[in-house]
Amino acid sequence: MPAPNKSADDDIRVPDQNPRPDGSSAERLGFWVRHETLKPALIAVASTVVVFGAGVWFVVSSPNWPAVKNQFFNPDDFAAAWPDVLDGFWRNLQMFAYSMLAIPVLALVIAVARSLRGPAFFPIRFLATAFTDVMRGIPLILLILLLGFGLPALQLPGLPKSAMFWGVTALTLSYSAYTAEIYRSGIDAVPESQRASARSLGLSQIQALRYAILPQAIRNVVPALMNTVVSLQKDVALVSVLGVRDAVREAQIYTSRTFNYTSYVAATVLFLLISIPLTRFVDWYAARDRARMSDQQR
Amino acid sequence: MTARPPHAKTPKLELIDVHKSYGRTPVLRGMTMDVAEHDVVCLIGPSGCGKSTLLRCVDLLDPIASGQILLDGADITARGVSADDVRRRVGIVFQSFNLFPHLTVLDNVTLAARRVHHVSKRDAEAKANELLERFGLAGLARSYPNRISGGQNQRAAIVRALMGQPELLLLDEVTSALDPELVGEVLGLIGELADGGMTMVLATHEMGFAREVADKVCFLSDGRVLESGPPSQLFEDPQQPRTQQFLRLVHQAGRI
Ligand SMILES: Nc1ncnc2c1ncn2[C@@H]1O[C@H](COP(=O)(O)OP(=O)(O)OP(=O)(O)O)[C@@H](O)[C@H]1O
Ligand SMILES: [Mg+2]
Repeated sequence: MPAPNKSADDDIRVPDQNPRPDGSSAERLGFWVRHETLKPALIAVASTVVVFGAGVWFVVSSPNWPAVKNQFFNPDDFAAAWPDVLDGFWRNLQMFAYSMLAIPVLALVIAVARSLRGPAFFPIRFLATAFTDVMRGIPLILLILLLGFGLPALQLPGLPKSAMFWGVTALTLSYSAYTAEIYRSGIDAVPESQRASARSLGLSQIQALRYAILPQAIRNVVPALMNTVVSLQKDVALVSVLGVRDAVREAQIYTSRTFNYTSYVAATVLFLLISIPLTRFVDWYAARDRARMSDQQR
Repeated sequence: MTARPPHAKTPKLELIDVHKSYGRTPVLRGMTMDVAEHDVVCLIGPSGCGKSTLLRCVDLLDPIASGQILLDGADITARGVSADDVRRRVGIVFQSFNLFPHLTVLDNVTLAARRVHHVSKRDAEAKANELLERFGLAGLARSYPNRISGGQNQRAAIVRALMGQPELLLLDEVTSALDPELVGEVLGLIGELADGGMTMVLATHEMGFAREVADKVCFLSDGRVLESGPPSQLFEDPQQPRTQQFLRLVHQAGRI
């Protein structure tokens, strides 16, 4: 911490009229930066207080607020519902983790299959394209319902019956289709000359992808991939329609027992606790990545 | 096959009536030429005459519509020929270097040796370091392509192509992206390779260099070899009006 009188001294100092050729110009820049950032910060704080204050006042002043407050924000119900909802939330995190392991792999296989060229690979390309089209065409919740209720109903030997398994499978299939498209956009963004360059060295199509194209492609799409992670983390909650006792399901059970909705707020809080830091991280990473990219461009 | 006296050696590379178009635009229209082993052949001609296309076709990076491309007398465009095998025998250096930006110079240079030829990392790097040193890049092995100069990139690209010990080296305007100072450096290096007996086909705008290093110069026009011969003959006494006109323009631009 600088001495208070010293920093005050700095702030009132006027820019040097005869800057020395060494370093003093940087000092002057610091002077301006301090002043130029202070004012916008104050404005930001003031406007935030005004806007949020108005919003809160608007809600709280509604005639039904006391009832709603009791229904949704009851501290006693929050405390009562919390243990079960938290317990369910672990199941959400578990499903999130399993999908996170499977999606990148399956998506990469599909993206590579779609990027192969030449008539010999037509069947593979066709299958991969059909898969992405179908998976992207089905609403995720329907896919979860179809797999979760349909496949166990077949009663085929060896097929798992766990709702959680089918939920994770549905999430994986759907998200892999989207993620494969992200990979593919990254692959397409690598200049054709890089492929030619790799092939000219004698690398096969797969080797060219593996060693020359994919490392560049994936680097290009990391921010986009991380955004799907954020959305996956929330979509895991959809598996509750299969009766998996996740956070949402537990909240629902509490509600049906007590006719109080505070348990949903508890679940919301849990999801936010994960997704907000995750989103902040993604933004931070994307900004850093952009800075690095522009630094690398010659 | 073309008629050839039985005692004559099979050319290293031979193009017979090669046709190629991009969409509806014909680019190669009956390209016929041959390159003897250990010879340096320079392709000259106006921009867009198909020099790069020809080199890409020889490396099987672009399919041809008709005609034959023979490497050591065998048609490499025939069905059943593995393009990867052909590319392992032919090296190509692109006009724009095309090093892999995510790999260091050393990894760029050793990638094919390690993944295609299954040379051990140690052997590949030993050989790469030897070549890098010879081409004045010893200190840059661990640098990334975007951190080194254009001339250094170009030399690294040449080293990368040489690592596979190609029987034939294709060079596409390897000096066009370089400062005049660096041009001499890269051209000197190609001269060395020529002295070492490497068979090379170069597309170039450096007429002075072509005259110095080439055993044969081919003037391309309208997707064909319009005129070819030893540099002394082609540059001093061109027969075709188009060639004369082209060389006159080059003279005026001061590039000879
Ligand atoms: N991928 C492509 N798609 C369509 N047309 C192409 C493609 N590549 C080249 N061409 C066309 O083919 C013709 C020959 O191109 P090429 O690059 O072989 O010329 P070049 O002789 O190498 O010219 P330069 O001296 O400018 O490098 C040009 O008219 C060009 O527009
Ligand atoms: Mg060209």
